[in-house]
Amino acid sequence: MASIPLFLSAAFHSCWLAQAPALETSKSSPNGLEALLQRLVHSYPAEGTWWGAIAAMLIACLAVFAFLNLFALFAVWLERKVSAHMQCRLGPMEVGPHGVLQTIADGIKLTVKEDIIPRVADKVLFIVAPIIVFTGTFIRFAPLPFGDYLVASDLNLGLFYIAAVGSVEVLGVIMAGWSSNNKWSLFGTIRTATQMVSYEIPIGIAFVTVAVSAGTLSTMQIVEQQSGWFWHWFVFRNPFLMVLSIIYLIASLAECKRSPFDLPEAESELVSGFHTEYTGIRFALFFLSEYAAMYLVSGVAVVAFFGGWYLGIPVIDRIGAAPDSSALAFVIGLLIKAHVLIGKAVGLVFVQMWVRWTLPRVRLDQMMSLCLKVLLPISLACLVGSALWDLFMGSLASGKEYSMFFWLE
Amino acid sequence: MEAILLESVLAPYLPAFLYFAVVAATAAGFLIASRLLGPRRRDPLKLSTYECGVPLLGGTRDRFSVKFYLVAILFVLFDIETVFLIPWAVEFRQFGWLGILEMFIFLGILIIGLVYAFKRGALKWD
Repeated sequence: MASIPLFLSAAFHSCWLAQAPALETSKSSPNGLEALLQRLVHSYPAEGTWWGAIAAMLIACLAVFAFLNLFALFAVWLERKVSAHMQCRLGPMEVGPHGVLQTIADGIKLTVKEDIIPRVADKVLFIVAPIIVFTGTFIRFAPLPFGDYLVASDLNLGLFYIAAVGSVEVLGVIMAGWSSNNKWSLFGTIRTATQMVSYEIPIGIAFVTVAVSAGTLSTMQIVEQQSGWFWHWFVFRNPFLMVLSIIYLIASLAECKRSPFDLPEAESELVSGFHTEYTGIRFALFFLSEYAAMYLVSGVAVVAFFGGWYLGIPVIDRIGAAPDSSALAFVIGLLIKAHVLIGKAVGLVFVQMWVRWTLPRVRLDQMMSLCLKVLLPISLACLVGSALWDLFMGSLASGKEYSMFFWLE
Repeated sequence: MEAILLESVLAPYLPAFLYFAVVAATAAGFLIASRLLGPRRRDPLKLSTYECGVPLLGGTRDRFSVKFYLVAILFVLFDIETVFLIPWAVEFRQFGWLGILEMFIFLGILIIGLVYAFKRGALKWD
């Protein structure tokens, strides 16, 4: 477990290189370790060559992508361990210490398995579908930060991009189920599409409310607005956002097709949902993207509601943030922030697993009425309430303080 | 004008496009690796459709409940609503009370529609 954050820090050294032009040169005298670190930070000049810039971007993208793949492998192992311990079992124990390498062994096994396309399947769609699901899930991570400066692509439409690209995955799922030409796949597909598009609405309204509070859609700027004490996090900003964060967490479970909303893959009803006919590496692609999506919704929840890379204690959050701080302090601050953000997100992933092994599956009609009759009206009311709150508090406190815990300061 | 558009609006998307290329290439690479490494032993039973071990019952290109179409229509309605809300949300502080009033009228019309669908039983699922 301890090696995971260490690996992450290593992976992000290259990621932060790509964001280096945004940094100001630090003024401390360069010697020894600090000189080395400074060279690293400033090795990408703001007026550099175009291929240098492209290479730095590519390294950042590869770092994010590598992290996500390794996270997905880790999450599969974690899910098996969590479920096992909740049922008083041990789970995988054979491959590596406590079975940590089990998922890698499974991945190798799936890669060397025969690649089967059913005779009645629509070949082109059947081959393209897993690529679309995998790509559609993983490209949503482009604007998702992993720490201060650690983002593959800081888009000004961040949250909107994440919501919009999320719909591509539904297309892939429909293609997979339809092209399999199997009735279990088809039923699973219809359920998946219904569920995913329905629960996109409360999620979209939650994003709109965050945009109302932040005044921007860029994920980096949204996090920046939650700096300071932890009651500046959007979840504590007003009662409406607190309710909306819970709605977002419920809806994101459905968006990830996680229990208690795992009807699309209900093993006891439909064999395996839309990927019944998929074997080998194609199945692995669906599986990897499913676990990557768990990290995505958790990461977005952390960015939008739970303070992003800020721990909520200004003394710690300010390490290395001052313009005259040394390169070493800057790097330490960067590592703390990355670990805080990823730690929070992994904590939420654990909550998703916990929910899965605690709650039974809901029925289709319960799932639909929960979305359209409960979550949608409440989230609309929260949008209105949050907007009114911001206007009232803005006029009361001269536009400075919006948090409902402003009296603590 | 074009240079400004390229530098300020589209430039942040360059890493996103690169990232897209990396992901798509990896997905395709996985499939090619599997095709190269995996065995290829085909037989009619292996390539048949999975039906829990019994002969295939019924077709797949069949009808399904009309309720799913209704969900799709409602989704389009409320998704477009969200899209309309997003520019308003970002510029919310500039608009002030007038902006919030206009948006409440827009939301009010949509909520009337939702209540109508609710009353007509469009959201009932049995």
